[in-house]
Amino acid sequence: MSLGDRLRKALEERVYKSAVWTSVFRHGFPDTDRNRLWAIVSNVFLHLHPTRTKGHAVRLRYTWCMGGLAFFLFLHLTITGVFLMFYYRPTPEYAYTDIVSLREDVPLGAFMRNSHRWAAHAMVIVVWLHMLRVFLTGSYKKPREFNWVVGVALLTLTLLLSFTGYLLPWDQTALWAVTVGTNMAGAHPFIGREGPGAPLLGCDDFQVIHAKSDIRFLLLCGSVVGPAALLRFYVLHCVLLPLVAGVLMAVHFWRVRKDGFSAPL
Amino acid sequence: MQPLFEFGNWLCQPVVFYTGLLAAFAGALACRGFLVKTKAAASLLDIGLLMFGVSTLNPQFAREATRPDNAALWTMLFLTGLCLWVAFRQAVDNDARLRQGLKPEEAEAATARLHVWPHLLYLELVVAAFVTALLLLWAIGLSAPLEQPADPANSPNPAKAPWYFVGLQELLVYFDPWIAGVLLPLMAVTGLVCLPYCDRNPEGVGHFSFEKRRFAIAIFLFAFLLLWLAPIVVGTFLRGPNWSFYGPYEPWDVHKLSAANNVNLSQLFWQDLMRFLTGQPRAMEAMHWFKRELPGFIVLALYLTVVPAVVARIYKKLYEQLGFIRYSIVILHLLVMLAVPIKMYLRWAFNLKYVIFVPEFFFGV
Repeated sequence: MSLGDRLRKALEERVYKSAVWTSVFRHGFPDTDRNRLWAIVSNVFLHLHPTRTKGHAVRLRYTWCMGGLAFFLFLHLTITGVFLMFYYRPTPEYAYTDIVSLREDVPLGAFMRNSHRWAAHAMVIVVWLHMLRVFLTGSYKKPREFNWVVGVALLTLTLLLSFTGYLLPWDQTALWAVTVGTNMAGAHPFIGREGPGAPLLGCDDFQVIHAKSDIRFLLLCGSVVGPAALLRFYVLHCVLLPLVAGVLMAVHFWRVRKDGFSAPL
Repeated sequence: MQPLFEFGNWLCQPVVFYTGLLAAFAGALACRGFLVKTKAAASLLDIGLLMFGVSTLNPQFAREATRPDNAALWTMLFLTGLCLWVAFRQAVDNDARLRQGLKPEEAEAATARLHVWPHLLYLELVVAAFVTALLLLWAIGLSAPLEQPADPANSPNPAKAPWYFVGLQELLVYFDPWIAGVLLPLMAVTGLVCLPYCDRNPEGVGHFSFEKRRFAIAIFLFAFLLLWLAPIVVGTFLRGPNWSFYGPYEPWDVHKLSAANNVNLSQLFWQDLMRFLTGQPRAMEAMHWFKRELPGFIVLALYLTVVPAVVARIYKKLYEQLGFIRYSIVILHLLVMLAVPIKMYLRWAFNLKYVIFVPEFFFGV
């Protein structure tokens, strides 16, 4: 008996049949049809998948793997993001210097920040290309219309997540990019102070929509991008938007299973 | 090199750039059978890389193109090209099969029923490992930018939005903020949401194709490539101080003056046209805003009512297929979408700023 065979046999005897292993994995080694099905359905994470799928669905050139990659990048961003949260305080006094010390002093800090930033850009790209693929294969058509709508919401959330994160380093790029972006909100018809129709709400002495009551103020918690806006964007970026995205992702994946993966007739 | 760079600057002027892209887009769809060939695509990639390499000899281009955050845009452009090539290669093949009465290539593969363990999980693992490796290299090799601390008193010139919103910022050149920043992105979202409910064509599910979905695919790609990506490219690489246009090889100069002799439709009508017709321009100052802007209101109303009616007349089958409500939604989104290039060309041709301008209500279209 060769060394490899002996090693394998030892593994099977000592590990796969051990009380601990069998308490975690209820199925045998997935080399039979039955165990392969069990490997999927008895695992909460793998259970996102069906047990079996049609041949074209496992091809890179059909799916481009973009949907899975979007989720993968989301997980990557969650992990690196939590790491960054340990070292970052969302106030104008500390935000910038915390980023500098992340880069200079914290072990692996620069690496974590870089990979968080680039993964965020990558996620925007991947989500767009996922949409492009789903469109080009007609996968949004009946019965998957609703899941496309959920996908559009997730795409919007991805952009908002990236945008709110853009402010957090509190450097010139961050401040002015977000100023440019949120100024557009001030031009919202009726509810933005510089938007068409805003003067119509109210009369000369009493304006309903002004610099301290419009949509931009709501977004920034102030009339300029200041400390309150930084805190607001931080909470949106780290708590609210990821939670909403998480819920919608659950719906999105569930519906892929329920509506079926797109397939040619 | 200098004459080459001069030519490049000329080629990148908005009107030449967008018109060239439009022609290239139409040409690429028409010649898709040729472009999907490996040799053709590889040649295009080589030409692109060569142009990029030569361009980096120019200090201005090298500075703007190699900003760390722009790495994302370059990646986006490359991957979009790659993905479209993969998609259209399969689509061209499938279209040929469908013409012969065969099933698309994916249908053959789809007859196999594969276990997710190991077939799909294996692919996911390999792709995840590959992307992790790429991300690690990217994070090690390229540092996330960090500028000077935020200073509300000192605004950089130009101040640019994050790259994925730069396209909207670029459209501010042609539209008021409430259109470029609110209406257009909102309608992009509502258009995407309505898409599966308005596209009644049952063909082309589960495989790449083009010929049976010409209209849908052409419109979608037009919006994605020319109205979303192209303005991002222009805004990122071709806009400098004061949001003036700069060629990719043209040094930035804060004092560059750009002609700002834009006129409104009301002025074109009451002054220029009236002078031409009656020899007597009308004074606009005393006019009530509604009368002053009446030509614009009429043009806009005609655009939003007569065009849909005419299109419904010409494409009777499409109208009957969709029904009134779906047709209205589709045509409204299409008209707003087409208004973007129309307004851009009007700006370039007539310096037109507003079709309707009512400063009394901050309203400009």
